[in-house]
Amino acid sequence: MIGTIHNREKFLNQIASSLNRPRISEPLERPNWKYQPQYEVFKGASQDELLEILKEHCKKIHTRIHTIDLTELPAVMNEVVTEYGGGPVVTWKDERFSKWGLDSLMKEKWPSKNIDVFEWDYNLGEENVHKAENANVGITISEITLAESGTVVLFSDKDRGRTVSFLPATSIMLIPKSSLVPRMTQAAVKIREMYQETGHVASCINFITGPSNSADIELNLVVGVHGPIKATYIVINDL
Amino acid sequence: MAIKIGTEQFKERVDNGIHDDFMRGAVASAQDGMSMKRRAATTEDLGNWEEWRNHGEEIRQHVLEHLDYYLEQLSENVAKRGGHVFFAQTKEEANDYIRSVVQKKSAKNIVKSKSMMTEEISLNAMLEEEDCEVIETDLGEYILQLDEHDPPSHIVAPALHKNREQVREVFEKKLGYTKSSNPEELAYQARVTLREKFLAADIGITGCNFAVAETGSFCLVTNEGNADLVTALPKTQITVMGMERLVPTFEEMEVLVSMLTRNAVGQKLTSYITVLTGPREELDVDGPEEFHLVIVDNGRSKILGGEFQSVLQCIRCAACINVCPVYRHIGGHSYGSIYPGPIGAVLTPLLGGYDEYKELPYASTLCGACTEVCPVKIPLHNLLHKHREVIVEKEGKAPVSEKLLMKAYGLGAASPALYKIGSKIAPAAMNPFTSGDKISKGPGPLKAWTEAREFPAPNKERFRDWFKNREKGDKKL
Repeated sequence: MIGTIHNREKFLNQIASSLNRPRISEPLERPNWKYQPQYEVFKGASQDELLEILKEHCKKIHTRIHTIDLTELPAVMNEVVTEYGGGPVVTWKDERFSKWGLDSLMKEKWPSKNIDVFEWDYNLGEENVHKAENANVGITISEITLAESGTVVLFSDKDRGRTVSFLPATSIMLIPKSSLVPRMTQAAVKIREMYQETGHVASCINFITGPSNSADIELNLVVGVHGPIKATYIVINDL
Repeated sequence: MAIKIGTEQFKERVDNGIHDDFMRGAVASAQDGMSMKRRAATTEDLGNWEEWRNHGEEIRQHVLEHLDYYLEQLSENVAKRGGHVFFAQTKEEANDYIRSVVQKKSAKNIVKSKSMMTEEISLNAMLEEEDCEVIETDLGEYILQLDEHDPPSHIVAPALHKNREQVREVFEKKLGYTKSSNPEELAYQARVTLREKFLAADIGITGCNFAVAETGSFCLVTNEGNADLVTALPKTQITVMGMERLVPTFEEMEVLVSMLTRNAVGQKLTSYITVLTGPREELDVDGPEEFHLVIVDNGRSKILGGEFQSVLQCIRCAACINVCPVYRHIGGHSYGSIYPGPIGAVLTPLLGGYDEYKELPYASTLCGACTEVCPVKIPLHNLLHKHREVIVEKEGKAPVSEKLLMKAYGLGAASPALYKIGSKIAPAAMNPFTSGDKISKGPGPLKAWTEAREFPAPNKERFRDWFKNREKGDKKL
């Protein structure tokens, strides 16, 4: 579906006239910027070095971080969910959960222990949002992970609802170690490349850094306002 | 004027500010804390901070020079994704369009995330006239809204002037809150109350930190995650942006977001940076079914191309507010504008006119601290000076005391003889107002100042005399 555009010509003509020139009609090349300091941050750092930077920064963003091998994932996930008080759990529909050996935990062990697990299913419409709203834990996967700021990047689509990461009371984010990059710069470049290849960008890209917080009352930091109150990162060694 | 807050005159507002001890203490410690965090996250953390500032400046200047091009590209790309774009030259046009969407949707419940642009166009007043319940969901703004629309005093921390006890009282009165003034308990109450509002809302309204022309996207920067709920739950979303708030691609957006979060709150990134493109996609379950982008001029095109153009480079980080010695003493409400501090003193007269805001360019010591910290290198104190030139030369509107002072100083300083006499009689002239070495009840222009603090009395011995005596061998210090 194509949207509508109203009042554009008059508006843009006014701008051109303020700038004392005619409207720009030729395509504009992206400028060659004189300064590019953003590429210097952690330039040439290895994945191990980036992981250390991430772990260090997690201390400042009130986020627990586990670094594990793939075989340990079910046990660690179980431990974190238990510590957060159990279910209900809501997850994306994502084949990586199965690939990473989580089927028996999510589909057998948790249900048998009365931990309700709901997997996003777009066929069910609004019910997905109700499930996320009532969930204790939401589980998502980071596509790109920013070491400098301790940030996970989530792309929404029909199987990966936006609300899974912010309606549940707590949040677990799985981070493949291979997804680590120095900072937001590399994520922006990658998203732009994806856009240029496919002509598409996800309708919601979330850069999430730890649990939600606010300092609006006397500048006192309160962790957990509208989004999750607690957050855990699990870095999986996939290299 | 929609950017106007309060009804008192400038002098009365300043007077209220100077006598509000809690506010002054809160502002001083907020400034110190925020400035310390900013320094740690900018000059100390990034060794080449000046390069970042240069890059920030070149991006913003490039966008302003090619603004029509990038806005055209943005609107094409938003429409391609199924979004509707409305260009509003005035705030009335913006409000009329938004009203038509509200009416078409028969909307009654509206949730908002923090937006200076919607404050500027008085959107909430219009929505309330339409019998809508409008809820501000940023915690600071929600507190102010509950407290009978108390105006914001800072663009990043709007409820800075309130203490926790005052917040507790507001919650008790308006929400039947019974717990303590502990900020965590207060925030939890807001979480519970507002969650209901999010789930029931027909329309979500946001501002826009930066739009991305190449993809038709825009980003929202928050810590609380409220913007995510505003844009994920209601079926209709309206985003209101100032026409200058855009960048060419994701790569420039990234740079400016990094500069915004480091300067505003000293964080490498805030907890939530949400980049949205169009409405939800075909099989998506959450996100809005309908998306409207309202791009507002409201006086900005008059600034473009003129000597104040660089003020449009602003990314609303408030670093200038956090270092300003004048803001420190008089607080945000004294400016009488939703935009306080140095950026407000430059921007407000341009948007609201000199008639209403001729005093603001004088609410500055021209010390230049604002210019020094600005991440996109707006020459703020030079622009304040330029305002004064315009006010005096073209508008003939200088405050009377300024005129007299300038006249007297001009006379007195023009001739060495007169200056000599002036500085010689100063101690005697000030004598009636002096106790010890302090002036506590100053005359004329000193009166307002000395009502709240003391002013050092002129030295009994002039520098000139002291120097002469010292030369003669009478070395006393």
